[in-house]
Amino acid sequence: MSEGDSRIWAALLLLGAYHGINPGMGWLFAVALGLQEKNSASVWRALPPLAVGHGAAIGAVVALAGLAQRVLPLPAVKVAVAAILLAFGLYRLVRHWHPRGSGMQVGFGDLTLWSFLMASGHGAGFMLLPFLFGLSPHQGHGAVQLASSAAPGAVAGFSAVVLHTAGYLLVTGVAAWVVYKKLGVALLRKAWLNLDLLWTVALLGTAVFTLVL
Amino acid sequence: MPLLRPDPTFYPSPKLAMQAPPEKHAFVTLLNPKFKGRPDALTVVDVDPASSTYSQVVGQLDMPNVGDELHHFGWNACSSCLCPYAPHPHTERRYLVVPGLRSSRLYIIDTKPDIRKPKIVKTIEPQELAARANYSRPHTVHCGPDGIFVNALGTPQGEGPGGIFRMDPETFDVLGQWELDRGPQYFAYDFWWHLGYDTLITSEWGTPKTFENGLVPDVLLNSGYGHNLHIWDLRRRRHRQVLDLGKEHQLVFELRPAHDPTKAYGFVGVVISLKDLSSSIWLWHQSDGSWTIKKVIEIPAEPADPGKLPPLLKGFKAVPPLVTDIDLSLDDRFLYVSCWGTGEFIQYDVSDPFNPKKTGSLHLGGIVRRAAHPKNPKQALNGGPQMVEVSRDGRRVYFTNSLYGVIDEQFYPDGVKGWMVKVDAKPAGGMAFDSNFLLEVDELRPHQVRLEGGDCSTDSFCFP
Repeated sequence: MSEGDSRIWAALLLLGAYHGINPGMGWLFAVALGLQEKNSASVWRALPPLAVGHGAAIGAVVALAGLAQRVLPLPAVKVAVAAILLAFGLYRLVRHWHPRGSGMQVGFGDLTLWSFLMASGHGAGFMLLPFLFGLSPHQGHGAVQLASSAAPGAVAGFSAVVLHTAGYLLVTGVAAWVVYKKLGVALLRKAWLNLDLLWTVALLGTAVFTLVL
Repeated sequence: MPLLRPDPTFYPSPKLAMQAPPEKHAFVTLLNPKFKGRPDALTVVDVDPASSTYSQVVGQLDMPNVGDELHHFGWNACSSCLCPYAPHPHTERRYLVVPGLRSSRLYIIDTKPDIRKPKIVKTIEPQELAARANYSRPHTVHCGPDGIFVNALGTPQGEGPGGIFRMDPETFDVLGQWELDRGPQYFAYDFWWHLGYDTLITSEWGTPKTFENGLVPDVLLNSGYGHNLHIWDLRRRRHRQVLDLGKEHQLVFELRPAHDPTKAYGFVGVVISLKDLSSSIWLWHQSDGSWTIKKVIEIPAEPADPGKLPPLLKGFKAVPPLVTDIDLSLDDRFLYVSCWGTGEFIQYDVSDPFNPKKTGSLHLGGIVRRAAHPKNPKQALNGGPQMVEVSRDGRRVYFTNSLYGVIDEQFYPDGVKGWMVKVDAKPAGGMAFDSNFLLEVDELRPHQVRLEGGDCSTDSFCFP
């Protein structure tokens, strides 16, 4: 693994952590369920479906990109990804979005679906792609060979999703637990920074990054 | 422009919202009962005791049309924006959504940058409401986690069913009927919810045809108005259960679910019993997954000299209490009850919701009593305690005296002269009039009051 690749793997992990720290991406839901059901087990119970849903949303986009670049040349895929990121970013500047039809009486399936939709609706998966494009194609262990005509690195793609989701789950779990047990939801009033704005900047930034890479 | 931190008026829980700073302004709708005269207005009342214009109107927005009959307006956004499953905490609580019950028109009113100079930024005409939702007579507004909810009392033709429609919280477009399956529900009046239980509750008055020219005695005496509560699945938008209070209980009005989302109970006021003219408060609650309802307060009619009664009541030789509004403090501890007929305003301690305790009583106006205010003890007042609003900290209670133009005349044939008062509530129970606060608006009639930054009947919470 090259030094550049290690940086990219670290970036994927941090991106997961960044997704996890956003209260809108899951940890606050876990806290609310714990408070509603007056049971700390409810906080823990919420974490697996949140992670599964998030991982599935990321995985779907990574798989889609893998398929796309089997039939299209890499520059075309990059342009498409940049366009999608740009569209997500611009849309989020003017409109707010969250999944419809959810609520507080939710089971494993509901939470998984919610987390999947929340991550998808925020373009979370697309944010990973520029990093995957950046992995060197020469590695023998199946790194994403997006630049070559060889088989795409399914293993690398899968590893990326797992690593990213691990970062997400770790931060989601810690945030949920600390807020539930120690800090309390009052902190939302001050600490809930508009990560959506930052998120928009991140989407737009990665769009540009994809093109220049 | 989106905010960088959550709107400071959003609180995760009702407990935290009680720490909010005292309000300095109240918004009050004024009805102009003379249709050919001036239009209705939204006024801004100074409620800051330190201000030189305390208890006076400091801003007024006249509607551009005559005859709207402005009703239970609400905010574009409130604390429910912090709900974890549909978060949008960086929305501003800024716009009032003001429904005209008679005109079926809705106004979107901007309260910034100058709270004393609110401005109309959008008008939704009755045709648009009819085309998009097949409803008319919009009545009550609540800011939900999933957008703005408004209910309407009937169809464009003035029949039933009434129901709920949603509005986009950013564009204020009417999004269509909320109900996917309304079951047997036909009448509408009020609605609210238990966000923690994904449950919505609705209550019943009658179709517009049976109230727009006043209460119809025949309909009333034949139990033709509503006597049910409806329980709905808020997520799936489906009717779940009917709670029948018995057909002698007519006009099931204001719904006050516990603010704490973990509590599955709430209070509803019933205007009149055909059996004895009493009013009653009922407690709905969940037990073993289904909902039941129980009468927890009964307020009897008071015997009265028929000479002092309006034609509608002469034969009964009694004045009914007519509980037309109730309001619950944010800690779910005190329930305030307006008896518009007898002129009594009652405070109950409902810490144990099954056993309310009367902790305070005041009189103002009333069909027979005509009780005066301490600021002007010699002046008889008419109308009675009606729409109530409680401050978030539970220390100040405001109420006004007009119900609904044509019905005002049925019970107060001399014409309701408008007033608004403020009551100071003691933390441990008990209350007294603020003798400096008597706002008289004479020929205009104040109805709903909402407070700057939120109050006890416009905010919803997802955290206990």
